[in-house]
Amino acid sequence: MILDYAIDFAFLCFGLGLAMNLYRLFNAPGVTDRILALDTMVINVLALLVLYGIETRSGINFEAALLFAMTGFVSTVAYCKFILRGDIIE
Amino acid sequence: MEQIVEYFLAALLVIGGIFAVIGSYGLLKLPQMMQRLHAPTKATTIGVGSALIASMIYFLVFEGKISWHELLITLFLFLTAPITANFIAKAQLHRAINKDELPPTGVGSEWATYDPEVKTVDPHLLSDRDPG
Repeated sequence: MILDYAIDFAFLCFGLGLAMNLYRLFNAPGVTDRILALDTMVINVLALLVLYGIETRSGINFEAALLFAMTGFVSTVAYCKFILRGDIIE
Repeated sequence: MEQIVEYFLAALLVIGGIFAVIGSYGLLKLPQMMQRLHAPTKATTIGVGSALIASMIYFLVFEGKISWHELLITLFLFLTAPITANFIAKAQLHRAINKDELPPTGVGSEWATYDPEVKTVDPHLLSDRDPG
């Protein structure tokens, strides 16, 4: 009973965080802020997937969450590498 | 017993949500880029880790099955968050400081390819590519 309210509250919090990241993504002072906003958006979406998994009582979303974590990490590192060296694979 | 676990899970989820909001708000609010780097990489990671642990305990207690995926995701996130933070900080340093303002390295190579063992570097390797 109280768990449903807590899940709703957590959905609200992570959604609010996602909205703030989106604002930062479009309104950033530099390109590194954009990378940081994208990385945080990946983490927030991951949390939303996990919360949806608890709410629907199904464990089918966790593979998607794991893939999200991996692609998010690789894309952030690739973007930073591109800024640092002008190339991704040297 | 299940009532206690439910309250505990609710507390974990609420704390995780508050941490996530603090992290994302810090990304908007803090004045400098290097300070902004701290908020999402630490607070948001804790928030997501809390939600993942709550999910693991939920499936263990209420569904009666251990799901290792959450533990894997938590471990992966906690391992990769410092690496991404380090990479973003390096990219920010690369963009914020000009090459002329850096102190000399003292060896033959530049800071980007710094190696104290190497005394001289083949000159055409340095002029080979434009760092942009």
